[in-house]
Amino acid sequence: MKNTQDTNQKRRQFLQKGAAVTAIAVAPGVMLHTAAKAKPVGEAVTDAVRWGMLVDAAKCADGCDACVQACNEENGLNLLQKPHDAEDEMWDQQIPKWIRNVKVKDNLTGHVTSLPMMCQHCEHPPCVDVCPTTASFRRADGIVMVDRHLCIGCRYCMMACPYKARSFVHEVVEHKLTRTPRGKGCVESCNFCVHRLDNGQTTTACQDACAKDGHNAITFGDLNNPDSEVSKALKEQSSTQIRADLKLNTGVRYRGV
Amino acid sequence: MMKKIYFREWGLESRNYWMLLAVLAAVAGIGGLAALYMEHHGHWVTGMSNQIVWGTPHVFAIFLIVAASGALNVASIGSVFNKTIYKPLAPLSALLAIALLLGGLLVLVLDLGRPDRLIVAMTTYNFKSIFAWNIILYNGFFVIVGFYLWTVMDRKMKCYYKPAGVTAFIWRLVLTTGTGSIFGFLVARQGFDAAIMAPWFIVMSFGFGLAIYMLVLMDVFKRDQRPLGDAIMKKLKGLLAVFVAANLMFMVTFHLTNLYGTENHAFEAFILLNGGIYTAMFWIGQVLIGGLLPLAILFHPTLSLSRGWLTAAAVMVVVGGWMTIYVIVIGGQAFPMALFPSKTILESGFYDGVNGMASSYTPSVPEVLLGLGGVAVALVVTVIGIRMLKILPLSLADEVADPHAGI
Repeated sequence: MKNTQDTNQKRRQFLQKGAAVTAIAVAPGVMLHTAAKAKPVGEAVTDAVRWGMLVDAAKCADGCDACVQACNEENGLNLLQKPHDAEDEMWDQQIPKWIRNVKVKDNLTGHVTSLPMMCQHCEHPPCVDVCPTTASFRRADGIVMVDRHLCIGCRYCMMACPYKARSFVHEVVEHKLTRTPRGKGCVESCNFCVHRLDNGQTTTACQDACAKDGHNAITFGDLNNPDSEVSKALKEQSSTQIRADLKLNTGVRYRGV
Repeated sequence: MMKKIYFREWGLESRNYWMLLAVLAAVAGIGGLAALYMEHHGHWVTGMSNQIVWGTPHVFAIFLIVAASGALNVASIGSVFNKTIYKPLAPLSALLAIALLLGGLLVLVLDLGRPDRLIVAMTTYNFKSIFAWNIILYNGFFVIVGFYLWTVMDRKMKCYYKPAGVTAFIWRLVLTTGTGSIFGFLVARQGFDAAIMAPWFIVMSFGFGLAIYMLVLMDVFKRDQRPLGDAIMKKLKGLLAVFVAANLMFMVTFHLTNLYGTENHAFEAFILLNGGIYTAMFWIGQVLIGGLLPLAILFHPTLSLSRGWLTAAAVMVVVGGWMTIYVIVIGGQAFPMALFPSKTILESGFYDGVNGMASSYTPSVPEVLLGLGGVAVALVVTVIGIRMLKILPLSLADEVADPHAGI
């Protein structure tokens, strides 16, 4: 009888200790997971967030280049100066462009659409697959970008990108912004204004410019958050991915294309 | 009974040797200066842009790298397939393979945006990238072919000869597969995305490498007045003809496969009909100079007996081969990517093939000089190699080479 009581006592103690150890082990994971949703500045990004964008081409005004200008200013692309001997047309083909306006016509219906094109921030980015040095990488929060310390300037990512979204820095860079460092001989592309996001902001320069001009063609936000504006907009109406046939699951979606 | 074959250093008269070396070194030096110029100013001084991102240096580099693995084939036929007549040809074959790869890689590295970061490429690998694998394959090629050359030249290493030969042969096949796959894996570009790229590059390497091998062999033997019999040349000639024909077959297969799918018709029309310089280079360079003309010479009953015509045929294979790579690499980029299938791009701020227009590219002088510099480096290494080492047989006259042995 005594033996049975002892055994029960030991079992109880074992279970208590086990529960305590488990709680200690699991608690930080749960706590950190909760904290990651509201990432403080300086903390590593997690996949709790996936940044994404919806472009409503129907709202994109023909002839408007507010998003392009805003991107150029935000990311210091307007600071790049044409070398004295460079020809205008050639230079225009060599200067980095992170976002550009494209006007397309449907071959059958003749319907014309204007839209901005930039890095589509794929879930399975071909540029990341082909990069020999891991310079081209995808952050946990879905942003595809280039580590400028690892890029050797081989341009294989530019060959692989189905959206022609990447640019090579063809010239010596004399003026640049602290938030967007760049140097001759590396590849770069749209990074969803990552410096803003990492400092607690939640909008991109192109989106702000578009809204300021009253078009509101660009909606940006967290695709993982069902309550975000972009998620709601995507859920409400159908949207498309450019070159959806490649199954890259892009972070940029379009409506009206 | 086969006569014993002696290998001796290249006996070119000292003055001529140094003159030759000086000329080659000067071309290599000019190539180096061209690279420095492009590196100093940035790529805006070249014809390359954000549309045509790989230009003439890549054409030279890929041609040399592909030819390098092909140049090794002569040795492989002897060491792997036991064809005795090819065995005396092996040392030059291995040396040329190393030299061509070195020249090609130099051009490739010096055309990087950041050649100073080569150490990053050597130490930080993304193993999903075929480019990263190629870095390993290229480095391994130097080591393996270098070791193979040692086993060929040093009696004490004889026991390793066969395994080294087989390893080198397999390695070179994998290497060219890797080079072809650089293009085969580019899913978004219609000019490249094809599994046939890998075997096609292997077949191309057979032809380009052998043509260069024959040119070097004939030239260095003639300069040193060493006998080079018709038996050997007849073998090499026949082999070259087969490789050129196979290259044509792969080319036809590639385009026919593309033509089967309607989505690729515009690309095929661009290369075959209305692509301007690319169409001209395809028909005149790839088909005529690189294929039909050398085939006609190599199969001609009398012309193919002349060393002059053989040289012409080999030169044509090289020139046509270079143009083949040009059409594939630059033509493939010039054709606009299908960003919006079933739609026409009317306007674009980034030259996205407006109204189906191709991207323009004009090679700049420094790009060409860098490429020629790479060729010169390959030849400098070859010339120094045959001068310092016992690479070349004293004679390849018919009675020495013995065409009937081991066949």
